[in-house]
Amino acid sequence: MASKAQRKPLTLQLALVAFLIVWLIAAAFPFLWTLWGSFKVELDFFSINDWTNALTGDRTEQTYGRPFTGAGYYGAWIQEEFWRATINTFIVCFFVVCTSLTIGTLGAYALSRSGHNYVFWLLIIALIFRAMPPITLVSGYLPVFFDWNIWGYLPTAIIALVAINQPFTLWMLHSFFMKIPKDLDESAKVDGCTQFQAFWHVIIPVMWPGVITTGLFSFLLAYNDFAVTALVLSESNRTMIPEIAAFLGTTQTEGNVMFAVAAVVSATVPLFILVMFFQRQIVSGLTAGAVKG
Amino acid sequence: MKHKTFFWFFLPTAAAMLVFIFAPIVSVVMQSVFLPHEAVLVEVENCGPFGCTTETAIDQEATDRLRDASPLGRFSGLELYFDRSNLASAEVAEIWRTTESWGAFGSELYDLPFYRAMAFTLTYTFTVTPLLIALGFFIAVAVNSVTRQIRGFLIFFSLLPMIVTPLVGSLILFWMIDARGVLGNLISYLANDPGLSLKASTPLMWISLIVYGIWSSAPFAFVVFYAGLQTVPQDTLESAQIDGATRAQQIRYVIVPHLMPLITFVALIQLMDNFRVFEPIVGFNAEAHARSLSWKIFNDLTGETQQLSAAATTSVLTILCVALLLSPVLVRTWRDFRGKA
Repeated sequence: MASKAQRKPLTLQLALVAFLIVWLIAAAFPFLWTLWGSFKVELDFFSINDWTNALTGDRTEQTYGRPFTGAGYYGAWIQEEFWRATINTFIVCFFVVCTSLTIGTLGAYALSRSGHNYVFWLLIIALIFRAMPPITLVSGYLPVFFDWNIWGYLPTAIIALVAINQPFTLWMLHSFFMKIPKDLDESAKVDGCTQFQAFWHVIIPVMWPGVITTGLFSFLLAYNDFAVTALVLSESNRTMIPEIAAFLGTTQTEGNVMFAVAAVVSATVPLFILVMFFQRQIVSGLTAGAVKG
Repeated sequence: MKHKTFFWFFLPTAAAMLVFIFAPIVSVVMQSVFLPHEAVLVEVENCGPFGCTTETAIDQEATDRLRDASPLGRFSGLELYFDRSNLASAEVAEIWRTTESWGAFGSELYDLPFYRAMAFTLTYTFTVTPLLIALGFFIAVAVNSVTRQIRGFLIFFSLLPMIVTPLVGSLILFWMIDARGVLGNLISYLANDPGLSLKASTPLMWISLIVYGIWSSAPFAFVVFYAGLQTVPQDTLESAQIDGATRAQQIRYVIVPHLMPLITFVALIQLMDNFRVFEPIVGFNAEAHARSLSWKIFNDLTGETQQLSAAATTSVLTILCVALLLSPVLVRTWRDFRGKA
């Protein structure tokens, strides 16, 4: 690999390393900084006189006797009942992932195994649906949800998120199914399986990596959503992200930005863990649709 | 696969998309051409011992009858499209007549909510997309050139800005660039202006939103390009070297053409995603300086008085813009498809 012709001159190598270090700082530093700052008081986190206060925590030490404090977390989780929003988030994510994978694998499997012309059109329609900003759809939902009295409940948000998720899920699962040879289900059918049995007993067992990857992205979409959950859920059913947005509205005036900082850090932790364990799947999912062209 | 089997396999997902994506699109179109009925008012004369008073009251029966007769509301045609909160045709014509120069015309136009949102959305979409592709490409080339052992580590941290919730990511950056935050401090120190605040200046706010956009989407381009770089044909690269191509020429004439399909793919996805920019404006608390189409819809839906009709109309206009944005891709796919058939 490292033939003489490919070896880089020293200056270029240094430039590359410098560029990578700058990017690494840009990508990681904001998270570390906010994590560190979330254990301080507001006057340290936002310090007007001396930015090093945020590192040393002078004011925090004056107030609490220690340079670290969990006051922000206490305020957010206990006082403002952020745990409710957390439970709601995980309920929403769980059901969104399960439902969209169930109906998505069925649909994508059909798309990948049917050679008819309409498959092309269905995929194009899914692409167009994928391009719709979710907020435009929400403005279509609201009057109907009000009329039918289903506004504000978790199941409503779950079904809406599943549907918004479908075009993307279909595309991703379709590209994974296309990689599985058709001979596999053909031979199962020759042995007397129905199409569904072939799908269930033969294809799904080899599809697990693709299903897990798609599930991860469904989870991320549900977890990261703000447009739908903020407008469709009532105050008591809010998930984490609209709850954080609500913190900004109410607590900024009371000088309790630290609640929001603690909540933001809390909401980042699951994502951090997710990337740590599923990095390979995330990368393969991002490239699944792309690499084939 | 038989049509019937296909139908049953595809039914659940088709039903979900029909009810929750297609129907809402129809719903916003309907809402944008029909106005809700106004209540029918009647004058009631109350005569008592001290003379008669007339009161205006809502005639519930007549209102209900009207609603039953045409449940969609009263047909208003394109009226909502041309009123002040959307295309504002009358105001635009007025501005056109009264302003002398293009600059004045532009700045007057910017005061109308729809054009204001449009200006930011388009600027954001068309600056962020090319820049994030360039940054993603450089990161991919740089990561690809270091030893394999630390690549996993680099990819892990590179993924974070993209994976993290947009609202959370924008808040984290916003707190840092706040005049009292660490980056805000640094910037005002570098600019030698202690009173400098990003929050107070429109151009700086636009720049920070664009920087956020690049920061949060470059990892996507990076990962896609990095995967593409693994498949660059080594033979072509070596022959280019033997022919004396410099490093820049190798990138320009071998690597970029090889990645071209991926660049188109990333550009398409990012144009769609950047056009819906919304969360960063909430996170940066930037509505005084920058408003996007999505933000305008959100604001109409949540404001003191819910303006469902205005929101629906803007939604239809947004959908039309997205369709326009997608049309080159659709036309090309259609041609490919016809070519094959």
